[in-house]
Amino acid sequence: MCSTCGCGEADVRLTTLGADGSTGHGHGHTHDHGDEHGHDHVHVEQDAELRTHTLELEVAVLAKNDGLAARNRDWLCERGITALNLMSSPGAGKTTLLERTIAAAGRPVTVIEGDQETLFDAERIRRAGARAVQVNTGAGCHLDAAMVSRALEQLQPERDSIVFIENVGNLVCPALFDLGEKRRVVVISVTEGDDKPLKYPHMFAAADLVVLNKTDLLPYVDFDADRLIRDARMINPDVQVRPVSARTGENFEAWLEWLG
Amino acid sequence: MHELAIAESVVTSVLERTDAHVNVVRLRVGQLSGVVPDALTFCFEIATQGTPLEGALLEIEEQRGRARCRSCGQEILLDDAFLLCPCGSADVELLAGRDLSVTSVEVA
Repeated sequence: MCSTCGCGEADVRLTTLGADGSTGHGHGHTHDHGDEHGHDHVHVEQDAELRTHTLELEVAVLAKNDGLAARNRDWLCERGITALNLMSSPGAGKTTLLERTIAAAGRPVTVIEGDQETLFDAERIRRAGARAVQVNTGAGCHLDAAMVSRALEQLQPERDSIVFIENVGNLVCPALFDLGEKRRVVVISVTEGDDKPLKYPHMFAAADLVVLNKTDLLPYVDFDADRLIRDARMINPDVQVRPVSARTGENFEAWLEWLG
Repeated sequence: MHELAIAESVVTSVLERTDAHVNVVRLRVGQLSGVVPDALTFCFEIATQGTPLEGALLEIEEQRGRARCRSCGQEILLDDAFLLCPCGSADVELLAGRDLSVTSVEVA
């Protein structure tokens, strides 16, 4: 855990890549402590024999993350910035989707890249013409609201822009952590198989949109798109689905239209 | 494995409210919360090392998933994340099962 505050972020590193190729390291430690610490020992029961007492807490385990996420959301909302949390397995095509989106979005785009190690994805985003902050989580398997808060502070996205938060490639853990995003996007590629919604229901339950990527490969794989859509809607009846190929640009306008 | 981050959040939540030595931590974990109790118990031991919670017993009360079907009106129990009523409708309102809370602690 972090020696400063015990926040479990000792291994997390942030690196900013400007669109011009400049690199900046930041180790800002900005998340607040103290102002929300309630020491409300609401209900104390003394057990005279054991000399122990019970503190009734009834506190959400993720309350701290959710509080930081709410602050991120307010910060973004005040500036008219749309933040989208992109989640998928490793290799589903999140970064390729973003590379093509940067050129076509019609408004400024910045990216928070989450990976355990390397600056590979932030460098790809920079080459595609956008600024990016790479968050390396070390052993961590997901981004949390504190990491995104620090990344936003370094990134300083312009008003009315889009911030894509490319989460660590993982169909399990990122589903639990609110980052302060406006909407959640799950990217699933046809090479992964059409059984993923039933195998990873929490991820699909949390999504506003499923991008079905690599549709250019459909002729070469056994993938039943109807089954994927049916199963995703069984878990999440309101979820929207956009089949695209980020590589060829097939149906890309449907994704851009959803972005608005 | 997100259970380590969850276990660290449990420790932080408790330390924000007491600095006494903790003997027992009680959690309510919904069956639809995405948290595996066994994995959480394993990580709790690691996350508590060197804190006033070290050696504390973790008691997990599992909360079943419960929903109300908007189509037929009946209340249903859910064993998995599939929000599907036996009547065939997927238009259900989740009532319980996603909770992830520290309910109480025993302190010395």
